[in-house]
Amino acid sequence: MSEPVLSVKNLVVEFPSRNAVFRAVDGVSFEIMPGEILGVVGESGAGKSMTGSAVIGLIDRPGHIAGGEIRLQGERIDDLPEEIKAKLRGKRIGMVFQDPLTSLNPLYTIGRQLVETIRTHLPLSEEQARRRAIDLLAEAGIPKAAERIDSYPHQFSGGMRQRVVIALALAGEPELVIADEPTSALDVSVQAQIIKVLKKLCASRGAAVMLITHDMGVIAQTADRMVVMHRGKIVETGTVADIIRRPREPYTIKLIDSIPTILRKPGEAFPPAVAANDDSAFVRIKGLVRDFEFAMAPFARLRGKTETFRAVDDVSFSIPKGKTFGLVGESGSGKSTCAKMIVGLLPPTAGQIFVDGHDVWAGALGRRQRRRSVQMIFQDPYASLNPRWRVKDIIAEPIRALGLSRNRGEIEARVAELLEKVRLDPAAMRKFPHEFSGGQRQRIAIARTLSSQPEFIVCDEPTSALDVSVQAQVLDLMSALQEEFGLTYLLISHNLAVVRQMSSNVGVLHNGVLVENGPVDEIFENPRADYTRKLLDAVPDISKVA
Amino acid sequence: MLTFILRRLLQSIVVMLVVAFVAFLIFRFVGDPVSSMLGQDSTMADHEQLRERLGLNDPFYLQFFRFVANALQGEFGISYRLQQPVTQLILERLPATIELAFASATIALVFGIVLGIYTALRPRSLETAVVMTVSLVGVSLPTFLIGIGLIYVFAVELKMLPSFGRGEVVNLGWWRTGLLTQSGLRSLILPAITLSLFQLTLIMRLVRAEMLEVLRTDYIRFARARGLSKRAINFGHALRNTLVPVITIAGLQLGSVIAFAIITETVFQWPGVGSLFVNSVQVVDVPVMAAYLVFVALVFVVINLIVDILYFLVDPRLRDGAKSGR
Amino acid sequence: MTDLPHNSERTAPAKTSRLSAFLNSDLAWSYRHSPVTIIASIVAATLILMAAAAPWIAPYNPFNPATLNLMDGFTPPNSKSMSGNYFLLGSDSQGRDVLSTIMYGSRVSLFVGISATLLAMVMGVGLGLVAGYAGGLADTIIMRVADVQLSFPAILIALLVFGIARGLIPPNQQEGAAVWVLIIAIGLANWAQFARTVRGATMVERQKDYVAAARILGVNPFLILLRHVLPNVMGPVLVIGTIGLALAIIEEATLSYLGVGVPPTQPSLGTLIRIGQQFLFSGEWWILFFPAITLVALALSVNLLGDWLRDALNPRLR
Repeated sequence: MSEPVLSVKNLVVEFPSRNAVFRAVDGVSFEIMPGEILGVVGESGAGKSMTGSAVIGLIDRPGHIAGGEIRLQGERIDDLPEEIKAKLRGKRIGMVFQDPLTSLNPLYTIGRQLVETIRTHLPLSEEQARRRAIDLLAEAGIPKAAERIDSYPHQFSGGMRQRVVIALALAGEPELVIADEPTSALDVSVQAQIIKVLKKLCASRGAAVMLITHDMGVIAQTADRMVVMHRGKIVETGTVADIIRRPREPYTIKLIDSIPTILRKPGEAFPPAVAANDDSAFVRIKGLVRDFEFAMAPFARLRGKTETFRAVDDVSFSIPKGKTFGLVGESGSGKSTCAKMIVGLLPPTAGQIFVDGHDVWAGALGRRQRRRSVQMIFQDPYASLNPRWRVKDIIAEPIRALGLSRNRGEIEARVAELLEKVRLDPAAMRKFPHEFSGGQRQRIAIARTLSSQPEFIVCDEPTSALDVSVQAQVLDLMSALQEEFGLTYLLISHNLAVVRQMSSNVGVLHNGVLVENGPVDEIFENPRADYTRKLLDAVPDISKVA
Repeated sequence: MLTFILRRLLQSIVVMLVVAFVAFLIFRFVGDPVSSMLGQDSTMADHEQLRERLGLNDPFYLQFFRFVANALQGEFGISYRLQQPVTQLILERLPATIELAFASATIALVFGIVLGIYTALRPRSLETAVVMTVSLVGVSLPTFLIGIGLIYVFAVELKMLPSFGRGEVVNLGWWRTGLLTQSGLRSLILPAITLSLFQLTLIMRLVRAEMLEVLRTDYIRFARARGLSKRAINFGHALRNTLVPVITIAGLQLGSVIAFAIITETVFQWPGVGSLFVNSVQVVDVPVMAAYLVFVALVFVVINLIVDILYFLVDPRLRDGAKSGR
Repeated sequence: MTDLPHNSERTAPAKTSRLSAFLNSDLAWSYRHSPVTIIASIVAATLILMAAAAPWIAPYNPFNPATLNLMDGFTPPNSKSMSGNYFLLGSDSQGRDVLSTIMYGSRVSLFVGISATLLAMVMGVGLGLVAGYAGGLADTIIMRVADVQLSFPAILIALLVFGIARGLIPPNQQEGAAVWVLIIAIGLANWAQFARTVRGATMVERQKDYVAAARILGVNPFLILLRHVLPNVMGPVLVIGTIGLALAIIEEATLSYLGVGVPPTQPSLGTLIRIGQQFLFSGEWWILFFPAITLVALALSVNLLGDWLRDALNPRLR
């Protein structure tokens, strides 16, 4: 057997802080063979990114490697002086970062950045380097590379930029590429292409890949072997198929179990499908349209010239009482705009929204009706709770704003009851939001939405800011509450697996148009629209393990 | 490109009109121009006659229109205090102020940018700590105290440099310059340093903050991960991105140097526009105040316009125009 | 920590835990670990106390003509005059005790500085909140004015406001109104900085979901600004307020130095420096030196506090 490209032994990375030393990476050991793709998976704070930064020698101060060793082709690199380490970067170890929008210098053309990188590592003339850059771009799937090489980063879409980033990472022909969440900032349909490009380019050069991600689906479809990290330590190592099908460690078992899949797990009850457009349904959306005006130059505006962009185009669906409707779409599909119109944050250009028979945008009566019966759960539990308010005031805000009660004792009792409902200690009401974890905050947010006893809740990506294991708990809680209070949900998500788990009916939104709408199993098993099919094919899912 | 410049030009004109309106309000309503121009022993008839002659009985908009029309021809009336045309007063003193402002702006820009970059690249060195501490002391020192201190050390104690005035001047057409004589140059040193110090610390701190911000961005991290040399990263990638916002600041600072000259000119009895303005404020010489306001606004608007155009040339995202939403 | 709107009852244990929470907070920690900041706060506190208590602790009353003796004129520091009076920091041309004039002068400087900063803060925060939250036309107008004004140095604006006020106030009332005119002039010159920062912070906050959650409930926009947005933008306001105080003190001194500030009967530190400058060339350095040192110490210590506050509230800039 050949020598590993990378071998890490007992790596420890420490961050000294004001009263303690935080061990971000705690005794991690693994190897990567030539040409192999090793997936490093873990939830936030597991230390996976820090491990990658340690290998390439880019740990931010005050963090530092406090122990262990890192060997590249058998040669120790973690104790080299900074100047020599810098020479390894790009030349022998390449790196791809998460966000393609910020990874490129906005002031230089991509060609200049490529040529500069190539010439730093290879003895080529300007002309040769340029030709090489064009080849690399073409290989990374940039159409008309010879023309586009002189474009600036902002002239490319996110997915295209990530291709440029990959080309840059491979420009020095490294033996090892570290990809840190390379697709997490991209839409599902782009994700799959980027993974394909990364895989192809590395395979054709025989470069090994260390693929760091929180998304088990990406690993399942890409990696050969994987390590599972948790709190700075490696919990389990093995082939991808083994770990996903037969996890051994309790943490891995729990983790794998909490990942939703777009396939229905055997033995799971099918939620009864409901007729799609029922006039007696609790929530009815009819011909919803929203246009946005482009910000035009003042001159043009004076001349009455406006350009409009239709974000939501004639969307209609309905939700029976006590059921969940899943609305699926990529970024820019108009799903959040729909949510804003339904909860009353944005007036629709045309169309109507009926909740329990009342048009929520029709006059003061509709408004009052809406405020009483419609609520919303937001994506980011760090932004949806005012950091300066105590939990009890946050949860009581709807009660006070709607004038449901003015009695302090009564309100406090209600808050305590709500905290119990979301499985938190009522004593939590005296604390501030920053004293809670992301999952706990989302529970507080749910308690707030429930405090005015709404009947219909719009959930806009309620779990996409959370780790998978926490996601499962929050989804469980939402289902339990739905059952207890007979709540009606509109679940908006880009995550098809979550939607499949939670909804009875589903709608697929693409460029503002509802391309498909029907019972969830029908759509997932037999998608009719091309777009839905494409989306389902592109989803990285653990069921698709190689 | 053309529409961009045209738009900026139009905005500049609007700003100038607003400033002119404020100047007009001051001119028209602060103090009573008629009693300021006539002596104590004038009759009511004299007053009425002058009011009529000055057009003060005309409708408001007509007066404003006339004010703007006169201003466009460089006509701002007659100083109450010196009994000379305001425009002539300002033009006579303009060269002194401009020479002082340019000398100190150059000092401030060169040292400010160099020190800012240096302290950003070596955030933990002793030199940086010293420079940052000194700069904080510099911000806390009022300009007039710096001037007095310099006069005390270099003029009173060491007797090396003159403590006031411009020294000998040479006439180049209507431009009276102090840059061509030895005494003129020697006289310029202390005021120029005094005037530059505050801007210098400001520019330095801005460049440093901006550069530190840029050094933290993802694309610098990515450049490091690609193994580019420190030199290429610091001076090729980071510096250029730092200088984009710095252009604005530097431009505006250049403008404020001219206005800040008010204090320095007073301390050093420098015969420029600033000391003219201070003397006018003390005795409420309204025409000079109004004209000075318009003059400074013009300087700022012109500098702003140049800065915008420079910005446009440096940042490709702006060059693409509408898409970037600017 | 900011007080919470609905939180009227506060029990004793909550209070102590709040105190200990404050002592354990990052802010208190970074204060304890910054000797420069500790010294700066001691200097600032001493100077402020000295100014506030001037009528009771000053060795002389320099503005009572009855006690002034021309025989005391130009006494050097730490010595007795011909009439036998002792002057720690010397006396000026009219025989006024320099230490006492400094104490009374700091009083005027601080009063003007603090009042002007408060005025600028109230104006700037109010307009910034409205501009940032309402957007549209209100935003355009407020920020245009702020931008134009920010491009002029504050001292120029203050001079203009001062000149205008002079022209509008009848001459016999000018002396009494001088301090108020000065406060308004400096306040009007400095509001834009607050407005710009608060507007930026408000625009960030209003995008946050907790504001959306309140809007869904139909909470009055004014209450949203007051209860949700304001507490969250106070951090930067405090920083600018501190640095702005140092600026206002310097601006007041500059205006008084230029001879357009407070009347000589009520001298501030700037006036004292203006007076002292006349005697610099003839060797009576103390008349200028001690007021100047006091002014610098005041401005520097307040600036240091502001600088520390900024770093402590925004650790990312370290």
